[in-house]
Amino acid sequence: MSPISRGFTGRRRSAADPSRVPPGQHITGDFPVLSAGPTPHTPLQEWTFTIGGTVDEPVSWTWEEFMALPAETVTVDIHCVTKWSKLGTTWKGVAVDTLLDAVQTDAEYLTAWSDGGYTTNLPLDDVTDRKAWVAYEYGGEPLEPEHGGPARLLVPHLYFWKSAKWVRGLTLTPTDEPGFWETYGYHNHGDPWLEQRYQGD
Amino acid sequence: MARAAISGRLIWRLGRVVELVDETPRCKSLVLELPDWRGHRAGQHVDVRLTAEDGYQAERSYSIASAPEDEHVVLTVERLEDGEVSPYLTEVLRPGDELELRGPIGGYFVWESSQGGPLLMIAGGSGVVPFRAMLRHWAASRRAVRARLLYSSRTLEDTIYRKELERVAEEGADVQLTLTRQWPADWRGHRGRVDRDLLAEVAWPPQQRPLVYICGPTAFVEAVAEALVDAGHEPGRIKTERFGPTGA
Repeated sequence: MSPISRGFTGRRRSAADPSRVPPGQHITGDFPVLSAGPTPHTPLQEWTFTIGGTVDEPVSWTWEEFMALPAETVTVDIHCVTKWSKLGTTWKGVAVDTLLDAVQTDAEYLTAWSDGGYTTNLPLDDVTDRKAWVAYEYGGEPLEPEHGGPARLLVPHLYFWKSAKWVRGLTLTPTDEPGFWETYGYHNHGDPWLEQRYQGD
Repeated sequence: MARAAISGRLIWRLGRVVELVDETPRCKSLVLELPDWRGHRAGQHVDVRLTAEDGYQAERSYSIASAPEDEHVVLTVERLEDGEVSPYLTEVLRPGDELELRGPIGGYFVWESSQGGPLLMIAGGSGVVPFRAMLRHWAASRRAVRARLLYSSRTLEDTIYRKELERVAEEGADVQLTLTRQWPADWRGHRGRVDRDLLAEVAWPPQQRPLVYICGPTAFVEAVAEALVDAGHEPGRIKTERFGPTGA
């Protein structure tokens, strides 16, 4: 039970539907940027997206081929572990289900990897059944590099560090292998509704 | 690179405010007594949680300004005009009050003397806070590597830790200030934004492979990091911490 902070009343922003704001989060109208290092700039002619690891045969798409895949537009709420949430964000991209249809696998986990060396781990169950996309448009515009463009993973039901910026591939793995922030003290799964921010939460 | 993880669950702890220090008209340092603090590394942050009488809570993250060697944990908070937590911490909180927090958090944007150097820190505005911790840790660890801070503020009045930075400069750290909006007539530091020219003058050349830490507003960090990568610095040796206008 938390003690009362003497003299604190708070500035509740009532515009937001409380049922859409996970515990400890607050709504932002901006789109803050958080990254651990410099923003990479991979030219589209060099960009590929690869599904590898525990698969019958790895598959890779060029940017042009990726753009030709069936795309979906979704409007979702996103939640960053640094406490901000942004409601009703609209993205266009390819469902991870569509990408996984191209391979045979009995893996149960994956590691998303990105330009710049970032990685994050996810159970396959968290990216299938229309729960995750590789998004290349935000708000009807090409995704800006500082927000992860040309393409980023979008897994809106988990804290946003799981939505790897500058994503270039998914490596399917039989076991769960912690990624970048997951080895720096952040929670392995990252469900905002359970407030799984840090290891042990 | 070291990948020490935080072990166990990060529990909420109660700190007692020992002292509040005015750093600038908008910034205060909160000096906290945390009896069972298990230590931290320079560059880490904490989550602070406030609770209203009706149970409503608000949480925010703040960088730790004190070194692991210091007696008290210090947070420096900038008051944001439309903020919810920062106006409370800078205007309502008093010595003797209790403050709920948990941490330390973040294992990447940290510097320990064992990582070596040269150590180059580049700050915009209140992005200087984690560098106070790093500089104090550097001073406490016998200053074995070269350390340099390039710190950009709007005015001299907005410059946080002025006295402390003078002192750490006397101990051998290279502290270089730049003012972007206005400067005193006798100002001997740099003038204007941290741009490619200033970085070419102040940053060590890429061949010396400095460990670079950049902290500040997003646009500042993006511009500085990109300029350093273009100048030939290894992206893997550049660590960034950014805050947007919503860090209230």
